[in-house]
Amino acid sequence: MEPHASEELLACCIARLIGGAGHVAVGAASPIPATGAFLCKFLNKNASRISLLQKRSGNPFTEGSRELFDLAGQGRIDVFFLGGAQIDGAANINLVRSEGRRFPGSFGSAFMYFAAGRTILFREEHSRRVLVPKVDFISAPGWSPPGVERGGGPQALLTGKALFDWQPDRRRFRLHSVHPGHTAAEIRDDTGFDYDAGPAVQQTPVPSRQELALLRGPVRIAITENYPEFGKRLWPPASPA
Amino acid sequence: MSGLIFFRNAEEIAARIPDGASLGLPPDYSMPSMAVVHALIRRKARDLRLLGVPVLGLSADLLIGAGCVAEVESSAVSLGEAGLAPRFTEAVEKNILKVKDATCPAIHTGLQATEKGVPFMPLRGVIGSDLIAMRPDWKVIDNPLKKNDPILIVPAIQPDVALFHARWADEAGNVWLGRRKELATIAHASRACYATYEELRPGDMLEDELLAPGVLSSVYVSGVAQAVRGAWPLSVTGLYGIDDAHLGLYARAAKTKEGFQRYLEEFVWNRTPAKNSSPVASRA
Repeated sequence: MEPHASEELLACCIARLIGGAGHVAVGAASPIPATGAFLCKFLNKNASRISLLQKRSGNPFTEGSRELFDLAGQGRIDVFFLGGAQIDGAANINLVRSEGRRFPGSFGSAFMYFAAGRTILFREEHSRRVLVPKVDFISAPGWSPPGVERGGGPQALLTGKALFDWQPDRRRFRLHSVHPGHTAAEIRDDTGFDYDAGPAVQQTPVPSRQELALLRGPVRIAITENYPEFGKRLWPPASPA
Repeated sequence: MSGLIFFRNAEEIAARIPDGASLGLPPDYSMPSMAVVHALIRRKARDLRLLGVPVLGLSADLLIGAGCVAEVESSAVSLGEAGLAPRFTEAVEKNILKVKDATCPAIHTGLQATEKGVPFMPLRGVIGSDLIAMRPDWKVIDNPLKKNDPILIVPAIQPDVALFHARWADEAGNVWLGRRKELATIAHASRACYATYEELRPGDMLEDELLAPGVLSSVYVSGVAQAVRGAWPLSVTGLYGIDDAHLGLYARAAKTKEGFQRYLEEFVWNRTPAKNSSPVASRA
């Protein structure tokens, strides 16, 4: 097994979650989802289209920042990513405030969570502070009652320690796999909401040699161009010999 | 182009933006006029109401920290990769700044309603978000054309002033925005529109078939002023890139009130042409 960074493992999880989706959009300040999306694109031999809202050159949008939302509203975005200062067991997300603390704001979540075909929830921090029984403010709800038009919803929740599947019929998360170095008991301790889990929880697979080669090659180039701080931290430029 | 004014500099535009005005601003990636933002701080503007189209960053954080802002309507305020917007965050947590939280497409939709001259427009999604309870001006109605279909309507938004930076203006008073069409939307919907620009082009860009699709016609423009590197430390795509190192410097400095004041001292109050020059672009 080649050594890998935790960000690389998370990007591999994201690439698997995206699968064969045709059009993946990545919103503001999301370097790890963007890394996973580019990995997926290269694994799929360019069959997936990746639209990066913040792409610095050759940005895919020519109608201004409303175009992403118009595309999604028409059902042209298959996969999107959302995070949360708080995420609860009903897949509600909070990007606004909690216990006197102010976060940046809801961004496009209150629309995109409804409009994208599926949404991958991603938050690196896995703690009871973030994964709460009930969010203090619903920026975007994980579920809508019948009668409210909704094109899509949560697919999964990925954290720095584990991957949960979303079960739309039960409206609950189910522990899918635990990342290397963590245990199912630890996940239960560090998660503030209740969730389902099978008797034997599997380990999240580590990145394959092919995935690492792509990550450290074409994906690194694409990411460093748009997320320079993140790219340089994860893959430090080789020092001159 | 009746009434369009060619100002001598950003300070003259800042003088035209009255205290209490509502100001439509683009995100950090879409060319805020940092030159006028700095000039507003220097003229000690007060009680501005900022509208983020659809989010805000450095421009808003500077104005908030300098005491120029009474209210912010935005879908988010953050410095992107450089982290939280420290002056915004502290002002909200200390309850000295009023925030009208929104979600990106609601702001675009409200501006588009004004573009069309209609009082409101519907928007899908959002139902079930706590945003609605905080926004008495947003309403969920029954789709009048179809039974059992609740839908959100948002009111038309009309800022007093649209403010941004652009690569070119021309002698006819047109402004070239390229792909940054949200700037056109803000301009169309606002009562007045002021832009700074990098270079003045001779003639009329509307006569040029390649440039014309990226042009905001002078019919929407109240006044322009040249400001070379007027988006710095943010970018003008194709000309200069974001000064990421400077954004990091700002994020660290502005964590405290004192650090923020020192930043203003160095980069806003005592700004000299030398300090106004961005380092060579990493990548536009």
